[in-house]
Amino acid sequence: MKVAMKVNGVEHAGDVEPRVLLVDFLRSNLRLTGTHTGCDTSSCGACTVLVDGEPIKSCTSLAVQVEGRSITTVEGLAQGATLSAVQAGFHEEHGLQCGFCTPGMMITGTALLDRNPDPTEDEIRWAISGNICRCTGYMNIVKAIQHAAKVRAAANAAPRETAGAATGGQ
Amino acid sequence: MATEVHMHGRIGESIKRKEDGRFLRGKGNYLDDIDLPAMLHMVILRSPHAHARVKSVDTAAASAMPGVIAVVTGELMAQHKLAWMPTLSYDTQAVLATDKVRFQGQEVAAVVAETKAQAEDARDLIVVEYDVLPAVISPQQAKEAGAALIRDDKENQRDNHIYHWEAGDQATTQAAFAKADKVVRLHTFYPRCHPAPLETCGCIADVNGATGKATIYMTSQAPHAIRTVFALVTGLPEQNIRVISPDIGGGFGNKVPVYPGYVVATAASLLIGRPVKWVEDRNENLISTGFARDFHMTGDLALDKNGKMLALRVHLDSDNGAFFADAQPTKFKAGLFHIVTGSYDIPTAHVTADGYYTNKAPGGVAYRCSFRVTEASYLIERLVTNAAIELGMDQAEFRMKNFIQPEQFPYHSATGWEYDSGDYPRAMNVALEQLGYDEMRKDVEARRKKGEVTGIGIASFTEVVGAGHGAEYDILGLRMFDSAELRVHPTGKAMLRMGTKSQGQGHETTFAQIVTEELGIPAADVAVEEGDTDTAPYGLGTYASRSTAVAGAATAMVARKLRDKARKIASHLLEAAEEDLEWENGRFYVKGSTDRAKTIQEIAFAAYSNIPEGMEAGLEGVHYYDPPNMTFPFGTYAVVVDVDKGTGQVKVRRVVAVDDCGVRINPMIVEGQIHGGLAEGYGIAFMELITFDAEGNCIGSNFMEYLLPTAWETPRFELGETTTPSPHHPLGAKGVGESPTVGSPAAYVNAVMDALAPYGVTNIDMPVTSDKVWAALRAAGVTE
Amino acid sequence: MLPAAFDYRAPTSLDEALSLLKQHGDEAKVMAGGQSLIPLLKLRFSRPELVVDIARIPNLNAITRDDGHVAIGALARHVDIERSNEVAAAAPMLAEAAHWIADPLVRNRGTLVGSICHADPAGDWGAVVLAFGADIVATSQSGKRVIHAQDFFQGPFTTALKADEVVMEVRIPVAKGGAGGTGGAYLKLERRVGDFATVAVAVQVELEGDKIAKAGIGLTAVGPQNIKATDAERHLHGKEPTDEVIAEAARLAAAAAEPKEDARGSVAYKKDVVRVFVQRGLKTAIGRAREARS
Repeated sequence: MKVAMKVNGVEHAGDVEPRVLLVDFLRSNLRLTGTHTGCDTSSCGACTVLVDGEPIKSCTSLAVQVEGRSITTVEGLAQGATLSAVQAGFHEEHGLQCGFCTPGMMITGTALLDRNPDPTEDEIRWAISGNICRCTGYMNIVKAIQHAAKVRAAANAAPRETAGAATGGQ
Repeated sequence: MATEVHMHGRIGESIKRKEDGRFLRGKGNYLDDIDLPAMLHMVILRSPHAHARVKSVDTAAASAMPGVIAVVTGELMAQHKLAWMPTLSYDTQAVLATDKVRFQGQEVAAVVAETKAQAEDARDLIVVEYDVLPAVISPQQAKEAGAALIRDDKENQRDNHIYHWEAGDQATTQAAFAKADKVVRLHTFYPRCHPAPLETCGCIADVNGATGKATIYMTSQAPHAIRTVFALVTGLPEQNIRVISPDIGGGFGNKVPVYPGYVVATAASLLIGRPVKWVEDRNENLISTGFARDFHMTGDLALDKNGKMLALRVHLDSDNGAFFADAQPTKFKAGLFHIVTGSYDIPTAHVTADGYYTNKAPGGVAYRCSFRVTEASYLIERLVTNAAIELGMDQAEFRMKNFIQPEQFPYHSATGWEYDSGDYPRAMNVALEQLGYDEMRKDVEARRKKGEVTGIGIASFTEVVGAGHGAEYDILGLRMFDSAELRVHPTGKAMLRMGTKSQGQGHETTFAQIVTEELGIPAADVAVEEGDTDTAPYGLGTYASRSTAVAGAATAMVARKLRDKARKIASHLLEAAEEDLEWENGRFYVKGSTDRAKTIQEIAFAAYSNIPEGMEAGLEGVHYYDPPNMTFPFGTYAVVVDVDKGTGQVKVRRVVAVDDCGVRINPMIVEGQIHGGLAEGYGIAFMELITFDAEGNCIGSNFMEYLLPTAWETPRFELGETTTPSPHHPLGAKGVGESPTVGSPAAYVNAVMDALAPYGVTNIDMPVTSDKVWAALRAAGVTE
Repeated sequence: MLPAAFDYRAPTSLDEALSLLKQHGDEAKVMAGGQSLIPLLKLRFSRPELVVDIARIPNLNAITRDDGHVAIGALARHVDIERSNEVAAAAPMLAEAAHWIADPLVRNRGTLVGSICHADPAGDWGAVVLAFGADIVATSQSGKRVIHAQDFFQGPFTTALKADEVVMEVRIPVAKGGAGGTGGAYLKLERRVGDFATVAVAVQVELEGDKIAKAGIGLTAVGPQNIKATDAERHLHGKEPTDEVIAEAARLAAAAAEPKEDARGSVAYKKDVVRVFVQRGLKTAIGRAREARS
């Protein structure tokens, strides 16, 4: 079955069985392996992507369900070499250890800040309660998103400054 | 004039992680991200029964499905002498079942196909006939006369008993109990839980018939040991086996054992001549891979009338599952459980341990346990709190009274340990002050008067990590040294390779910092590589908090070796005697004339271009470090909880965690490790459980049943620290990764026990779920 | 695991959808958000021949208010209900319940209508629509019919719907002209975010003067289907909500529960949590009803 969608701003088309999950379409057909699978009961959120700006579990979506929609994966967060505010926040605040939950966390964090630019800690924890992390105990993930909120606020106040920095080694 | 280079990234600096870049961009290289040309996909058919004879396996329909290249059965593996494999505990484990299945989820057959979907479709069509047998689901059942014999495949195995092991002194302990004024007993079960890293296990086996080389990408915390085991099991020559552990999405001990899937994939690749990828689903991970704990423990603490500890006696029954596959040092059948006297000066102790086969997945040593220290620490800290409550003493005061005192170090414990260093009273005082303990106690009393159910729990743990000294510590005979190879290039940059393997612990940063400290090269200029057995020096891998303690020491030692050579080169360049040179900030300078200096970068270039006569060129070395002793991190954790009388739900109000892991190389990374372990401890204490019904069906084999805490439930953690360096470690560092999972479950549970103490409740086994708390309250007549 | 193969159609009109259902009957499964269906497909517990994705049909996602009802369209998501101004004004208990469903990511996809058609006895919306006494509007090629919530749930994963029917909307009766005098509460005990309820209770009351004019109590996860605690509701009608009256209603609601013992707790535990939650829920709902009135 033919399917077409925009992923990270680029139009993509494919021909897939209806049963192909969105996460596998992204990983295998489009070779965007930043989105991960961590479970088989829709419980962990490692597969989170944005569909028209809203975070959903791509393991619990068929590729054909998002026909014509606009998808953002972790590969689409940075602007070229410049990391987004959320990505920079995760680096600055040590919000990742093994990195496996990180793409999903950052996607959810990005969507949160897009909707709620100044969330409380409780609002952050509630927003990421569909994303499991085994390594960090969530403390620094919360700090990372708070850091990103500040960076975004500063960038909005002074639009000339860049929203993030090209950091993080190779 | 010497150039100044900023030595950024020394020990003690919280530099940002060097490895972050690829993960932030979604360019991590995890196992399932790797695709090889002509690669096939494998899935495994697993047993629905806990215990059954395999009568027949019919693969005809499956083999005929589109895209299927091979269907592998136990019979086929047996023809290649691969139906069974050795475990890390000198037992054998079935790779694919031949005679019987011995746990629900055991591997029975495998399908190899062009796509994973095709393999799964074909798997549905394999027909297996079973004769179901009674399931044995606990050590109690395993011991019963007439219990089903699980390991009838083993000659001389007449029952389900695996091992008996003892530590300490039975006679002196018995004598001490006879004289005791008071004995406090605790019987407790540390249930089966699972490390459940977010990335499941998997491999890509690429056995290339043309080159004779077998390349196996594997989610492995110990690639070299695996390579050697594979050589022994498959007969492939070890120099032609390359194990590559790529980025690993969490390990926590789950990725140490050799799993049947790895062996089947390798055999399949060998037979088919194409690469074969196997990545397990989450339910496979939970139902069949290395679980943790499952210890039934009884502890008796003998006390005098003043509350001084006289003796400790512990018996444990270990539920090891269907195959004895613990990943632990050979000599210790119950791991390092005999650390169980913990932080207390107990003159005599006796530990007995018996291991049993049951119809469950094999394993037990995993999930940040430091080889069963989690179980030991849980027992002693629960027993100590119960004893305090029974004596009417404050939990903190009772511990202080019995702590090993700072002047007693190095301390020889009743079960044979030599604790390297510690200051338990200091960590306790820091924790109490950070919590505001006295005010908190008053607050608890005030709330209780209003009818609230609230309490404070304390745990003061002593850990033992850094395995270990070769004469005592080996896995399958491979001694537990570790290694570091350091190579400095002409332009003054360096490459460090080690025998360990990070799964998120930040090795690419932390170990670079050791080189910065010892050799003056900025951390950003030190590339750290692990995991490729073709290039990394031999090591025993990363688990049991051993990397900093052993490979970190090796790194310091090899950096010092290079610094010694650098001194010689500097002496040559500066035309000054070696003893007239000082080392500071990455350069050697002549005493008294600091402008006569050479930086390490200049020396590096000279190692290739201006080497003294008679000296070998280059600036590189390797060190294999055999630790003289273990290290003993410690700490005090304090938890405050409030209990909802109506529902039994427990809310953790505060967690204060004071850790002493000796010198901290990167404090930011250390704190991150502690946060993670405190969260895992929270999950273990309150919600994580793998259990079995009477037929041996596994409950807890998916994330709807095996519950992991989210950011919403997980408490906030307040960290504190003390620093008591290890006297024998080159950097004074002890390691920290598992301290929080060792110390925190008892702290959480002790808080609930303190809250329920006014109602006469003395024990609730983990997970302390709301229904158990409710039942305890109702039994005491408390209701909303 | 991956789903077994199936055919997929995404009709762009209701007629097209109904025609497919008429044609395929039991072999077809309707999908809106897919948050219940796709996990079943992946575990191969469900193996339909055809999945009919109704997400492309226009005008099904609205949340509208008319005098007397808030109507939740078939494609209105949990998050839409949580954020809806109409719901906040007229039936805020719906938003409170929506807040506790699954996790935030599932709430961006799953729908109320899909959830009640799935009829998991541990589903939250079932208790809510029972407490409100809602109407479920179903349609097929043969026409429309209205099924009262009490008649809709018929057992575990079983509803009164026929294989060729699709639910268009759920109509929640609300007090005319605003929430005045009504109040509700949704209480859920879950072991962690994303788990099904151990016990959940939906309470909705309407006050007249000092007395309870109407009360609705729905229970989640304590029976073979969502339960309407009618004995408890009747006990409250026309009475002043004293502590004794509330306590007795809570006791009656607990008696109506038929929980099973499982990993989440014993029968006695779950019944007692029903009692505690109905007690707490009634106090909260009455408090809110009084506030809404002033």
